[in-house]
Amino acid sequence: MPAPLLTMHGVSKRYGPTVALDGVDVAAKPGRVLALIGENGAGKSTLMKVLAGAVRPDAGTMTFADSPYAPNGPTAARAAGVAMIYQELNLAPDLSVEDNLMLGRERSTFGLLSRTEQRRRCRAALEKLGHGSLDVRTPVGRLPVGTRQVVEIARAVLDEARVVVFDEPTSSLPRKEAEALFAVIRTLTAEGAAVIYISHFLEEVRAICDDYAVLRDGRAVGSGELKDVTEPQLVSLMVGREVDELFPQVPHTPGEPLLTIDALTGADGTPRGASLEVRRGEILGVSGLIGAGRTELVRAIYGLDAVRSGTVRVNASPPGAGPRGRVRSGIGFVSEDRAGEGLMLNRTIAENATLGRLSPLSRGGFLNPAAPNAAAEGLIRRLGVKARGPRQTVGELSGGNQQKVAVSRVLHQQNDVWLLDEPTRGIDVGAKSDLYRLMGEAAAEGKAVLFVSSYLPELLAVCDRVAVMSRGELVAVRDADQWTAETAMATAIGAGDVSPEQTAQKTAGETS
Amino acid sequence: MKWASFRSALTTAGPALALIGIIAGFAFFDWQQDGESTFLTVRNLRVMVQDVLPVAVAALGMTVIIAAGGIDLSAGTMLALCAVVLAASLKAGCSAGTAMLLAVACGAACGALNGVLIASLGVVPFVVTLGTLGAFEGAAKIVAEETTVRPGRDAIPSWLGRLTSIQNDSLVLGLPGGAWVLLGLAIAVAVVLRLTVFGRHLFAIGSNEKTARLCGVSVGRTKVLVYALGGLLTGAAGVMQFSQLNAGSPTSGLGMELQVIAAVVIGGGSLSGGRGGVFGTLTGVAIVAAIESGGFQLGWSNPVQQIALGAIIVAAVAADRARARSGG
Ligand SMILES: Nc1ncnc2c1ncn2[C@@H]1O[C@H](COP(=O)(O)OP(=O)(O)OP(=O)(O)O)[C@@H](O)[C@H]1O
Ligand SMILES: [Mg+2]
Repeated sequence: MPAPLLTMHGVSKRYGPTVALDGVDVAAKPGRVLALIGENGAGKSTLMKVLAGAVRPDAGTMTFADSPYAPNGPTAARAAGVAMIYQELNLAPDLSVEDNLMLGRERSTFGLLSRTEQRRRCRAALEKLGHGSLDVRTPVGRLPVGTRQVVEIARAVLDEARVVVFDEPTSSLPRKEAEALFAVIRTLTAEGAAVIYISHFLEEVRAICDDYAVLRDGRAVGSGELKDVTEPQLVSLMVGREVDELFPQVPHTPGEPLLTIDALTGADGTPRGASLEVRRGEILGVSGLIGAGRTELVRAIYGLDAVRSGTVRVNASPPGAGPRGRVRSGIGFVSEDRAGEGLMLNRTIAENATLGRLSPLSRGGFLNPAAPNAAAEGLIRRLGVKARGPRQTVGELSGGNQQKVAVSRVLHQQNDVWLLDEPTRGIDVGAKSDLYRLMGEAAAEGKAVLFVSSYLPELLAVCDRVAVMSRGELVAVRDADQWTAETAMATAIGAGDVSPEQTAQKTAGETS
Repeated sequence: MKWASFRSALTTAGPALALIGIIAGFAFFDWQQDGESTFLTVRNLRVMVQDVLPVAVAALGMTVIIAAGGIDLSAGTMLALCAVVLAASLKAGCSAGTAMLLAVACGAACGALNGVLIASLGVVPFVVTLGTLGAFEGAAKIVAEETTVRPGRDAIPSWLGRLTSIQNDSLVLGLPGGAWVLLGLAIAVAVVLRLTVFGRHLFAIGSNEKTARLCGVSVGRTKVLVYALGGLLTGAAGVMQFSQLNAGSPTSGLGMELQVIAAVVIGGGSLSGGRGGVFGTLTGVAIVAAIESGGFQLGWSNPVQQIALGAIIVAAVAADRARARSGG
């Protein structure tokens, strides 16, 4: 076992009354991947921000390559060889891929940018991530979230860092890119780097990590080698109790159609001729690769993106125009882009949760000042948001708790149709299971839930039916138990509507 | 909980502490210079209030606009246009009430025009209002026929002139009447910002326009209303200015928008939107007024005052950033 390349000792950090970190000890070894796991708000991101020089700890010491390490800012940390890929993407949306990658590392001769050299280095970095074909001149804001993440990771590759931290890197990556990322991580460790990997996906942690460290309520509660622990042991370390059910089942029966979309085609061609019916009391999953048009589909349904042709109906009648009309017709939407679109990070939980429906909290245009806080208090309790209270600024919450606030809005709005775009991204096991239960309860109350996710196992476990999209088209909708991971993947990558029998034949053919 | 409320109290108190410091500083140096303070006197306070009334009223409007993530560079020339409209209507024989209504309506219409252009063209407010800045000045010159409009003494009702007068017989409870009008408007704007659905919507647009849209806020309509409300207050500021000058000059508002924006920013309004409040803005206005008056008492030249004000703006924004960064 190699000696640690980096150790953190007794690190503490308070935010006002919140103890984010309480004397944490962690060590990362060269050539190995350390999994840093824990519930939402456990302090993982804070610990890594301390490491990356973005947050100054109240107490504690760090050692990096046998010498004391105390970065006085992110630039110092980067110069020392610590690279960080944050949970919330940190890119300038108007700048091109190349400019984002080179920001702060511009190559110049006599003050003039040497474009060719820059471009070559960017291409090389993207190549390493399996994205050599990405046009480096595209403004980052125009790329889908998944690709934006790749750009973010390419930044660390460019730095040739010796400690690389990934804060939930795969939460917005499709399978194939996740595998490509794992390959990159292996390249990094093979070159002797220490990688710290934060994730809520335990399978993934198993697949890529060697060691683990568990945080709970700001304390390190366990660490060691992954091969010595079982999954349930890890989970109970994380939550401090046994999690009874990962996929709680709330009995519900689908009824008559509530949301009907017919030949819906977006202004820019995605989705293309999508027809779908979501019934009362039904959870309908939408699967597919990133870029398949799932987000475009829900945005078109919600009236956020322009539509070329086709209709959307709720309860057989057309809903109001635009998001405003949709909300009034009982449709609620959770955006996949939490920080950019879903939330007002500088405003309070109460303001964020209630913005979509202020009418019951006001009279004649005048707000009842206490009402939003009271409403939010109920939502915080219902969803188990870890926060000081309804007046806390959303930007101060941990990623998973921010997501819960975004989801709380559809509850407050009392919507009958829920459009959830990647709602489980970045939330912990316990919170995921809470969210599945919430969807189940909504279905049991006769609501229609459209659930977009890149994580097929959850779709297969909680949905009644699952639709698969491929290249802008809704290829197939089937009962969840009629899909397998293989058929869904084959359909998603464009092999057409692959039924279980066909794959069975195909695999049989291949093995024979 | 306690800590949070303490911290938010500190955030709002920051500009107020700065104001106290600035006043104390001027009072001290002034006292050192002449052996007695002419700065810290009731009379000087009245003069300061009198001078700053137009900027103060316009700053209330700007607070609304900046909180909604916008900016109005045309506020200065719009103010002059409204003052000219008031002067011209009085000269044409309108009753004082009608003339005032016209001036304020002119402001609201100009603001609404800004709002419609911003909402419908999707051009950033900075550019749109840079354009209307020139347009409003041109309009004011047309209305004023390129001179200063002076309605006769008897066309101006005495109460309109007294609004900003510090003559003993026109004071109301020790201050010019306009100060109480300002207070009333300030309370009204504070209520709009904090206690109405419209206020929630405009802060939402200022914080994250995409979220506002997602939550069904009618962004375009709200923006038009925001700029119209800002314009209405600018119109009221024009009335104040007319009351000071007893005349309407098409160029009397040039550069005033900078003082107005400065007051809002010093008071904690954020040019990236989503932050700003009446209390902060009034504090910012008071700081602007104190620097002008205190600098004058100490014999600072105009350029020196300008530099001092510039320094305060930068310091205010820097302090604000530092507070935001320290977090938690
Ligand atoms: N800037 C801040 N101001 C106040 N509190 C903060 C701030 N940043 C983090 N916190 C608090 O510190 C705690 C730890 O947050 P952190 O973001 O480290 O959690 P996390 O383990 O990364 O969770 P997640 O899995 O949800 O991302 C939380 O309770 C959070 O609310
Ligand atoms: Mg985190």
